[in-house]
Amino acid sequence: MRHTIAVLVENEFGVLSRVVGLFSGRGFNIDSLTVAPTNDEALSRITVVTRGDEQIIEQITKQLNKLIDVIKVIDFEPENAIEREMVLVKVAAEDNNRAEVLRIADIFRAKVIDVTPKSYTLEATGSPAKVSAMVELLRPLGLKELVSTGPVVIGRGSKGWRG
Amino acid sequence: MKMNGARILLECLKLEGVDTVFGYPGGTVINLYDELFSFKEIRHILPRHEQAGVHAADGYARATGKVGVAIATSGPGATNTITGIATAYMDSIPMVIITGQVPTALIGNDAFQEADIIGITRPCTKHNFLVKNVKDLATIMKKAFYIARTGRPGPVLVDLPKDVQMAQTEFHYPDSVEIRGYKPTVEGHSRQIEKAVATILSAKKPVLYVGGGAILGNASCELTTLAKTLGIPVTTTLMGLGSFPEDDPQSLGLLGMHGTYYANMAVSHCDLLIAVAARFDDRVTGKIASFAPHAKIIHIDVDPTSIKKNVRVDLPIVGDVREVLSAMLKVIEEHGSERESFTAGLAPWVKEIADWRVKHPMSYQQSSSVIKPQYVIERLRALSEPDAIVSTDVGQHQMWTAQFFSFTKPRTLLSSGGLGTMGFGLPAAMGAQAAFPDRQVMVVCGDGGFQMNMQELATIVQNRLNVKIIILNNNFLGMVRQWQELFFDKRYSSTCMELPIDFIKLAEAFGAVGLQATKPGEVDEVITKGFATEGPVLMEFKVAREEKVLPMVPAGASLTEMVLAS
Repeated sequence: MRHTIAVLVENEFGVLSRVVGLFSGRGFNIDSLTVAPTNDEALSRITVVTRGDEQIIEQITKQLNKLIDVIKVIDFEPENAIEREMVLVKVAAEDNNRAEVLRIADIFRAKVIDVTPKSYTLEATGSPAKVSAMVELLRPLGLKELVSTGPVVIGRGSKGWRG
Repeated sequence: MKMNGARILLECLKLEGVDTVFGYPGGTVINLYDELFSFKEIRHILPRHEQAGVHAADGYARATGKVGVAIATSGPGATNTITGIATAYMDSIPMVIITGQVPTALIGNDAFQEADIIGITRPCTKHNFLVKNVKDLATIMKKAFYIARTGRPGPVLVDLPKDVQMAQTEFHYPDSVEIRGYKPTVEGHSRQIEKAVATILSAKKPVLYVGGGAILGNASCELTTLAKTLGIPVTTTLMGLGSFPEDDPQSLGLLGMHGTYYANMAVSHCDLLIAVAARFDDRVTGKIASFAPHAKIIHIDVDPTSIKKNVRVDLPIVGDVREVLSAMLKVIEEHGSERESFTAGLAPWVKEIADWRVKHPMSYQQSSSVIKPQYVIERLRALSEPDAIVSTDVGQHQMWTAQFFSFTKPRTLLSSGGLGTMGFGLPAAMGAQAAFPDRQVMVVCGDGGFQMNMQELATIVQNRLNVKIIILNNNFLGMVRQWQELFFDKRYSSTCMELPIDFIKLAEAFGAVGLQATKPGEVDEVITKGFATEGPVLMEFKVAREEKVLPMVPAGASLTEMVLAS
């Protein structure tokens, strides 16, 4: 089962490697990982997408909580959270394909951020499902390069993570 | 008052109540050692290898319950501490390890004797710190000791660059520290505790399964009261030995791979397993699917990650083991009459266990011609003082000590359980002896493990540490040989030590006394003489070479599939 977990950590050197080391050392999966400072500059927020059965996810959250530099771990329920990721996609676009790429971009509200006679580069933001749907439509047209931020996640409702 | 980083470090140690440190000097700690030269409040013991220094600090910590402190220089000094740190980490021993580091400006430069010890020790410390500014040093030291000794204890490493040791600042030691990401749970959840008591009182076949946490958490007294009040049989892990007196009829001794028949049968047939600060290690559970198959499981542990890591748990209680057991005892007191009928109702279960004990007691085949290693352990128990501290190495002798010594007091067995570190015993005994100069301290080791840190004979003799060294010499790496005999068709690949070492001469070369027994009749004489001789004594016992540790549950088998002593 796929889980998106937010980890609030002290914004200090070496903290990321403690988190990553925990995953590799205990054989947990990382599907994607995003890190950036938060509005509180003493804190960084790591968003990690992982998978495992209930027992593994419980171990992952407990082990993360055990790290001294980890302040809070939130394993989001999909229905109570909003997940977004951004992708930059370079697609081959010549003659007959050029219009099709633009049509797909339009449907997914992606922006064209670079154009050459042979390609378009698109920027798209959305839920992982939406982004992946767009990518799958572009793939047969000739995907030259794909860059993703990996998902970030935030809880629904008026409350921040501190409650 | 302004002082340099080196001095601040020593002042911090003093304020933490550290009286003894084990350390090895070098280029990046030379400033620290210069301060130490005139700092009389701390005794410094120089081991002959940094690994042994860390094991010694570990032995000191295990025997006293205080935080053990070791010092090493940067680079090779620091990397030599790794096995010691990993040993302490696996057994949750509170330690602070201080390593020198190259000056901050050189970090990352591949400087002389530079190692990224923070990176290297990240997975084998509870936490570690690189001190980049002398102004942070006192707070970091306070945090290091706080983290090391609270919650589930463990080793904390502080990496101290040379320029930080030399830099000056005002010294102020904080009274307390606040770490927002670290708030260990102390009190158990009261509702869970009440439920646990109710569950216990409705059980017919309960067993207490006690781990090293009961000793680390100083909960022996509460545990013993709980077991005695209710009459519940107690089995312990290797790390838990001594938490409950093994000479008590309720004691089932060790469980697991080399546990007693009756402990393993009791666990396999119980209807309630009360796990007290134990972590369901694979050497204890055997095949998980058939571990305690009929039992509800209550698990008390200070570390939430231990709970449901390996086995299902019906009733978890997170908290300090002593607090939780005390709270349980209070609730039990309120159930006076229920308690009596519960204990009376245990009679058939106690009888069932007694029958298992009669069917297959712990035993071995005595011999009149060759020394049986188990016999040496029995005689050591008989001829030593009741509060003697015994450290072991790792292997057959360790299991025989666990099986036959009969530990009755906490912190009297020092053994590397989790990591299983050969070479641990001798330096650990050294550390315990430094802590308790007036108590009898012995190390039981094999000829293999002894040779892994035998250079420490020099430290022992130089510091007049009264350590009695017992070598059960079978000229084999016995435990591996046993596996080769049982599972690899007696193909003794690289387990025969071949070279017959003259351990007596070796002891004498270091200035210690060496004694030897080659026949069963000489065992008592050597032990008596060894214990009576002032100062370090090495006692070598030439034991039956191919003796096996039994019973044995083969790796991956269930606890009921024991190979028993014939």
